[in-house]
Amino acid sequence: MFYRENGQFKASYVEDQQILGIRQDRWFIFGLIAFALFAVPYLASDYMFRAVLIPFLIVSLAAIGLNLLVGYCGQISLGHAAFMGIGAYAAYNLVVRFPQLNFILVLVLAGLIAALVGILFGLPSLQIKGLYLGVATLAAQFFIDWVFARVKWFTNYSPSGSVSTAPIEMFGFKFDTPTERYLLVLVVVIVFALMAKNLVRGHIGRSWMAMRDMDVAAEVIGIRPMYAKLSAFAVSAFYAGVAGAMWGFVHLGSWEPAAFSVNFSLNLLFMIIIGGMGSILGSFIGAAFIVLLPITLNQILPVLGGLVGMNFGTALASHMEFMIFGALIIFFLIVEPLGIARLWAIGKEKLRLWPFPH
Amino acid sequence: MAARKNGPVIALGVVLAAGLAAPLLTGSAPGFYLEVLIGGLMAGVLYSLVALGFVLIFKASGVFNFAQGAMVLFAALALARLAEWLPGWIGIPAGFPALALAFVLATGIMIVLAWVVERVVLRPLVAQDPVALLMATLGVTFFLDGFGQTIWGSDVYKIDLGISKEPTMILQSMFEGGILVSKEDLVATVIATLLVLMLALFFQKTATGRALRAVADDHQAAQSIGIPLNRIWVIVWAVAGFVALVAGMVWGSKLGVQFSLAQLALKALPVVILGGFTSIPGAIIGGLVIGVGEKMAEVFLGPPLVKMWDLAGGGIENWFAYVLALLFLMVRPEGLFGEKHIDRV
Repeated sequence: MFYRENGQFKASYVEDQQILGIRQDRWFIFGLIAFALFAVPYLASDYMFRAVLIPFLIVSLAAIGLNLLVGYCGQISLGHAAFMGIGAYAAYNLVVRFPQLNFILVLVLAGLIAALVGILFGLPSLQIKGLYLGVATLAAQFFIDWVFARVKWFTNYSPSGSVSTAPIEMFGFKFDTPTERYLLVLVVVIVFALMAKNLVRGHIGRSWMAMRDMDVAAEVIGIRPMYAKLSAFAVSAFYAGVAGAMWGFVHLGSWEPAAFSVNFSLNLLFMIIIGGMGSILGSFIGAAFIVLLPITLNQILPVLGGLVGMNFGTALASHMEFMIFGALIIFFLIVEPLGIARLWAIGKEKLRLWPFPH
Repeated sequence: MAARKNGPVIALGVVLAAGLAAPLLTGSAPGFYLEVLIGGLMAGVLYSLVALGFVLIFKASGVFNFAQGAMVLFAALALARLAEWLPGWIGIPAGFPALALAFVLATGIMIVLAWVVERVVLRPLVAQDPVALLMATLGVTFFLDGFGQTIWGSDVYKIDLGISKEPTMILQSMFEGGILVSKEDLVATVIATLLVLMLALFFQKTATGRALRAVADDHQAAQSIGIPLNRIWVIVWAVAGFVALVAGMVWGSKLGVQFSLAQLALKALPVVILGGFTSIPGAIIGGLVIGVGEKMAEVFLGPPLVKMWDLAGGGIENWFAYVLALLFLMVRPEGLFGEKHIDRV
């Protein structure tokens, strides 16, 4: 129908190499970005920003990071929240120790520190793979949790072990209201998402995908496994670190070591399963799903319970949430192992061929 | 990579043994040392129980069952709550008879669960990537955690096996002050040993056991000689469910039945790494190594670490097992008794 590329000819290399090759895609994405930048600040309420939009954007960034590692490079990680924790604590320490630093610089530095730790804990991936690697990354998760809970230097000797951050200030401008914070997060996420989109179609991304599809074969055709795997860990941890720093500073404000626990890691993994492995769009869809599901269930369950005459307390609601979560994951794995992003891709394909079935 | 690399393994073994013996040399009391050692061994037995469930399922179906911990929690909850409710329902005396009947019923529940898992989760996902199956078991984990707490309740429950919690003194003649051993731990060890013997008999002597071993060796070959794969999977999940029930009973009577049981089972992951995914003896020995290593590290390595870096408390047992397993993976990726894996293009 309206989505087809007939008549869009590429006359130069620049045109051929655009991130979004088809005009309709370009319009759609630009429209979405423009909507998020200019319309949403006037439409959404403060609650919407605080509880939905800001966490959704930050978590999508972390999910993109994990997707680069798991979906594109095929290295499973069960400890990605720990890298977010590294980013958050790195940013905290940078701000505490060098208060004059620009927040954007803090974000990038926090990401770089997380990337270094990511490379360190990525080293086992050179020796082991698959399920064994999953357990190795769990080691990273528990060790890093422990370090932040026990080593006082990282929390600046705060007696309770939790840290709280100063409000964000940049170029003399204070990011106070939820709207301002939302715009800050949005800009960062757009930049990094476009970077990721670009990265995965370049030579690094292709070497990752070759590694994922069959590592021995990739090695035989001349892709260095060490370079490919460790770069995937580094980039992935960088994204997680930036996301973690924003999660701490913009979303939470103050947090305890338990904020970046193994359950958060598993949630990130679910996002990319449900959204779609090996898809940047899928990371956003999955993040939206996982952020919205508990909020929606909290609203809907008491209503449904009222209909059948049951009283849903908060405990029962949270158990139901667990159940629905688990059931949905199994459902998606069986019905569409490639996630919701795959359904989107199928839909676009159908539109291109419409009205013909093939 | 023709010959097995034994050098690094031996080196690691020597380092471990040295670490094990070090506290003795630095002059801690031998009685206390033995007490820690025995405590570690008994904790290790409990880890082995959980790890056994992992290994059974991995051997027969190639699925890394992340849900084993959730199964332990679910089984323990079923046992504890049924033992509590049964006297009220059918009027049998509380205490041992109720517990025994609850055990039988909980076994039945675990068998039904195995059947449902096979039908709903495994069968549609057959021949998928192992990582996809791992994710599916993660889904099962979440579902079971929520489901179990919805129907059985989410407080801390007790399983009373009727054993006194008082520790006993042994070997008073040999060491000053003797060695404190908890009776509960002894019973747990006996139960675990019995379970392993039963499993060994089942696997070696019965026709079903032989079929299970055949499936573990080669799915396709087993199917081609007429072994029904689906039924075997139900059986092996049921057996793993039974092992989870026993583990849940023992852990539950020690710590109380609560949500942390499911988390505790995460500790069994390094155990299977250490022992190899496909080896039952590996699960047992790995459990013992992890149990002892963890206790030793906590008691003898923790305080100096805390003093040296001025930490806010020890708790290194949270990660010690994982780091140990990680180091081990670096020298021997297939585990102690695992099968060597060769990649082909």
